[in-house]
Parts: sequence; structure tokens; C-alpha cells
Amino acid sequence: MDERDAADRNREATTSDEPSLLPPVDVLEDEGGITLYADLPGVPKERLDLHVDGENLFIDGQIALEMPKEMEATHVEVARSRYRRVFALSREFDTAKLTADLKQGVLKVRIPKAEHAKPRRIEISSV
Amino acid sequence: MEFSLFPRDLFADVERLQRQMQQALELSPSIRGFARGGFPALNVASTPQSVEIYGFAPGLDPKNIDIQLERGVLSISGERAADLPREDERASIHAHERFAGRFHRVISLSDDLDPNEVRATYREGVLHVSIKRQESALPRRIDVN
Repeated sequence: MDERDAADRNREATTSDEPSLLPPVDVLEDEGGITLYADLPGVPKERLDLHVDGENLFIDGQIALEMPKEMEATHVEVARSRYRRVFALSREFDTAKLTADLKQGVLKVRIPKAEHAKPRRIEISSV
Repeated sequence: MEFSLFPRDLFADVERLQRQMQQALELSPSIRGFARGGFPALNVASTPQSVEIYGFAPGLDPKNIDIQLERGVLSISGERAADLPREDERASIHAHERFAGRFHRVISLSDDLDPNEVRATYREGVLHVSIKRQESALPRRIDVN
């Protein structure tokens, strides 16, 4: 059993091989922090897993649609039932103060910058 | 009639649906077609009694969605407001992938639909339009005397 096998097994244990959709996002940064919007249509709150692990932000959502029985598809553009996306954060963000809100399939995440990382105007004193 | 599926089952369903769709596309290309891409993404399925359309249109105000059915052609239009402010010196945009602005999609469905039996719901960013088939088009058992 070499190292690569071990790494593969580890990955299998932590993630699933299920193919997923890459949700489109908007990311905006201002002085106070970062705001991320992600389109996750069809994902109810209880099927959304949003977490920070180390310096990564994980978005994982499962589509739950009510469907009638005896249904036969005639046209499919959304062919997966899961959204996944990972973002690398940097240290200046205070993930403990992260807030998130899911409304009509749009996830909004706000991650403030840590106090020490906020831009400051530096006064120049003249002698 | 409606029920919730377990994630596994739903995924299996989706795969099955995709296969069926490929066959359907090859067999019946319509002149209005089903142009792929665009907003919202659409899934269409049929049951013996109805046609079910799912539009993946997150972040809309249901009041701003306009749905019309005319002679088997369904049109969905509306406008999606942008969440991003204009870029200025105080804010920078690192990613801008989400759709914003006016949208309009037209799909050709079968012509046995009843325009008086259209039901539309909007939940969790998914627009679900269910259109019943006309009574006369439903399969009937014919008794033999």
C-alpha cells in the first residue's frame, strides 16, 4: 500500500464520487470583507452543507424536487442533483464571523476581514 | 401525486431521465427546438396526464415571472436583478458568473395540452410548471361488447 493509495482512500472517505454541478458565483470584496453569492436552485436549507475546513470554504448542496410518479424526461439541462464548490480563503478573513443566508436558491455568504487586516489610512506626519 | 425522493433515487432518476432525453431529442427534433443553455436552465418531463417543466431560476420575485402557453408553445420570461453593485474604488469584483438581466425562453411542447390547466409554483429558486393534457388526449379503455 503506497502513499498514493492511502491518499485516494482518504479522499474517498471525505468526499463522494458522485458527479456534481459547479454553481455559478459572484464574489465581491470591499474594505470590510468578502461577499459571495452562489446560485443553488432546488436546494432547501436542510440539504445545504456550508463549512470551513482549514482555509477552505466548502459549499455542498443537494437538489430536492417534488416530482410526480411515472415521469419520463423529454429534455434535461440540469442532469445532476448536487452542487459542489470549494474556495480557498486567506488568513485575513475571520471565518468565525461568517454569516450565510439561503433565499429562493441563492446563497449569500459574508466573511468579514479580521480587524488587523482591514485597510487603515496611515497618517504622514511632517516634521 | 407528489412525493419526495431520497437523494440516491433522485440521482438515479436524473440519469435515467438524461438517457431518455437523448433518445427523445434524436427522434423528434422540433423547429423551435430546445436551444441549450440560457437562463433559466430547463428540465422537461412528461407523464400520461401532464407535462412537467422545471426552470432553475434562483433569486426571482415570483411576481416578475411571466408564463404563457399558446398552441403548445410555452414561453417563460422575466427579469433578474443584479446583486452586485457597480465596481468602484471601494469594492472589487473577483467573480461574476451569475446571470442578471432580462430573460426569455421558449419551448415547444406537445399540442395535446390544456391551456386552462396550467399550474405554476416557485420554490427554492425552481419554477415548476405543470400542464395537464386535454381529456380527449388521455388514453382510454374501450370496452368491447
